[in-house]
Amino acid sequence: MASVTLGKAINMGLRKAMEDDPKVLLMGEDIGRLGGVFRVTDGLQKDFGEDRVIDTPLAESGILGTAVGLAMRGYRPVCEIQFDGFIFPAYNQIVTQVAKIHARSRGKMPMRIVVRVPFGGGIGAVEHHSESPEAYFSHTPGLKVVACSNPVDAYWMIQQAIRQDDPVLFFEPKRRYWEKADLDTAVEPEPLFESRLVRPGHDCTVLAYGPMVKTALQAAAAVEGEGRSLEVVDLRTLSPLDLGPVFESVRRTGRCVVVHEAPTNLGLGSEIAARITEECFYSLEAPVLRVGGYDTPYPPSKMEEDYLPDLDRILDAVDRSFTF
Amino acid sequence: MSAGDIGVSPGDSSFAEAGPELIQLLTPEGERVEHPDYAINLSPEELRAIYRDLALVRRVDVEATALQRQGELGIWASLLGQEGAQVGAGWALEDQDMAFPTYREHGVAWCRKVDPLDVISLFRGCDNGSWDPLATKFNLYTVVIGVQCLHAVGYGMGIQRDGSDSAVLAFLGDGATSQGDVNESFVWASVFAAPVVFFCQNNQYAISEPIEKQSRIPLFQRARGFGFPGVRVDGNDVLAVLAVTRKALEAARTGQGPTFIEAYTYRMGAHTTSDDPSRYRLASEMEAWKLKDPIERVRAYLIRSGQADAAFFESIETESDELAARIRKGTTEMPDPDPSSMFANVYAEQTPYLREQAEQFAAYRASFVASGDGAPLVGSEA
Repeated sequence: MASVTLGKAINMGLRKAMEDDPKVLLMGEDIGRLGGVFRVTDGLQKDFGEDRVIDTPLAESGILGTAVGLAMRGYRPVCEIQFDGFIFPAYNQIVTQVAKIHARSRGKMPMRIVVRVPFGGGIGAVEHHSESPEAYFSHTPGLKVVACSNPVDAYWMIQQAIRQDDPVLFFEPKRRYWEKADLDTAVEPEPLFESRLVRPGHDCTVLAYGPMVKTALQAAAAVEGEGRSLEVVDLRTLSPLDLGPVFESVRRTGRCVVVHEAPTNLGLGSEIAARITEECFYSLEAPVLRVGGYDTPYPPSKMEEDYLPDLDRILDAVDRSFTF
Repeated sequence: MSAGDIGVSPGDSSFAEAGPELIQLLTPEGERVEHPDYAINLSPEELRAIYRDLALVRRVDVEATALQRQGELGIWASLLGQEGAQVGAGWALEDQDMAFPTYREHGVAWCRKVDPLDVISLFRGCDNGSWDPLATKFNLYTVVIGVQCLHAVGYGMGIQRDGSDSAVLAFLGDGATSQGDVNESFVWASVFAAPVVFFCQNNQYAISEPIEKQSRIPLFQRARGFGFPGVRVDGNDVLAVLAVTRKALEAARTGQGPTFIEAYTYRMGAHTTSDDPSRYRLASEMEAWKLKDPIERVRAYLIRSGQADAAFFESIETESDELAARIRKGTTEMPDPDPSSMFANVYAEQTPYLREQAEQFAAYRASFVASGDGAPLVGSEA
């Protein structure tokens, strides 16, 4: 069993998907010869050729628009958007076409497209390189949206996403690309669209996805010795949400904190808080609290540690949930 | 029309050579040559001032790259090799003209009297650029590729409506020519005869992708299809760039519509300090371009024509050292921004909800000081 980084795990998953299905193509800027700016596609063009690992012109709308045509021909394009903030030139294609063509064609034209998006902050980057745009896509019917948080999930989830008959936005926590875990490629993976309890506890449920899962686990570990027990759930799938295990957890703990890097206003936390309130109203000891980015443009990097949720802000919210 | 009709066959990389259309007034060896359509007549003082700008702009770039390597900047996008294109373009601008840069136009910034430290603050992560884009007539850097070309056209449409005699210089790179927004900006500029000059620095690479991944014809030839003239200039020849850009801006100011300039140059450094060009291009290619250095040819010309002596070059060297020292000191002593400033200017007037959030943020930060915990445990989980 090998210890691999999250970035390498996605690379391995892409390789496996390409070996398994000759219709799988990779498209993106700098993904071929360079292997991607994060090296996630390193070596794949060399091994699968320029017809299957395509260095595209510098045009995101072009990447997604041509992916639609390729999908109509039965291909399974996996599009890399180099950084979160560069997805917006492709937004029109994703929202008006990729999301709707299956319905428009009465199911005759499945959009088997995966859009890989390195997302989130914490790497000291310049503007448009640290954003969390997942809510825009989760809000759009017809798209599925997932976020991996660790190398093992990354390896399996990318393959499962590529096998979907629906378009999947695949969010990769870029600041976790270099984190390692043991990867056993022989075990049976868990289903793609399921959330997972990653740490049991009984005082408060903490929900997170992508880069914030690790932060939530650290928060739980930090207060363990103080006699406070946090239960942590990795949501994994953002659309559709899999909240069954969350409701079960919140009914036991009576408290819930939702964490994401995206701005709080109308972030995933808003929808989750509403659904928990609807389903668990009589079990709640406190309102569902949200910890997110502030409702400002993502700030210059000297301020990002103040902007991003961290261990302290999660625990501050947990404390507040005990004051009701 | 097939690609063959324009002398290019798909897959033929020969068009990557500059070609006979290249406008040049100063050869790489520093020899002044004439061009029938582009004349330039500069005084010795002006030539020396151009050399000074070239040398100081390069020094700013070298110093910023070093500062990044030493951890003082988050990232730096080097202009190394593109000084001639940028200083030439910068010199062509009149005071009333407006420039729309990408994120690499440090040389144009210099010509617009933007303090290099106001550019460096962006790459240090303190802000998104400290200069006043309206006062300097130099827009803030734009990171999303190509979007500024439409802004430039709209600005030009405003100039038309105001009856002003100014023009707009829109910067873009070779990769940006693939973007939808850029192609839309060409359509708009053409249809409205906007007073805009598109200044495309073809530095041969969009990060790792060579120009062949963006275009099968020389970029300047695309302009004709949109309905306005396109020219290719030696981007490492500051005199030719100045002459060509000056003429195009004058045409724009006098109602003759847009021009596309392809400044044919080479990115001598990495895309940014995060990039490793050894993965996608040969060192021999860079060696060939070293012989076309934009500064050395001006130096050779100044010496050969007796317009500058050793004392002049020494004085520039001294000034360059002083500038580098000022930049180093200014960078390392640059104060961190007040984190609460992230809540400023989100709206013309702060909304009640955001004000409340800003107040909670301030109280939260203050709680760490009050409780004696010091700073929050930021970064501890990174």
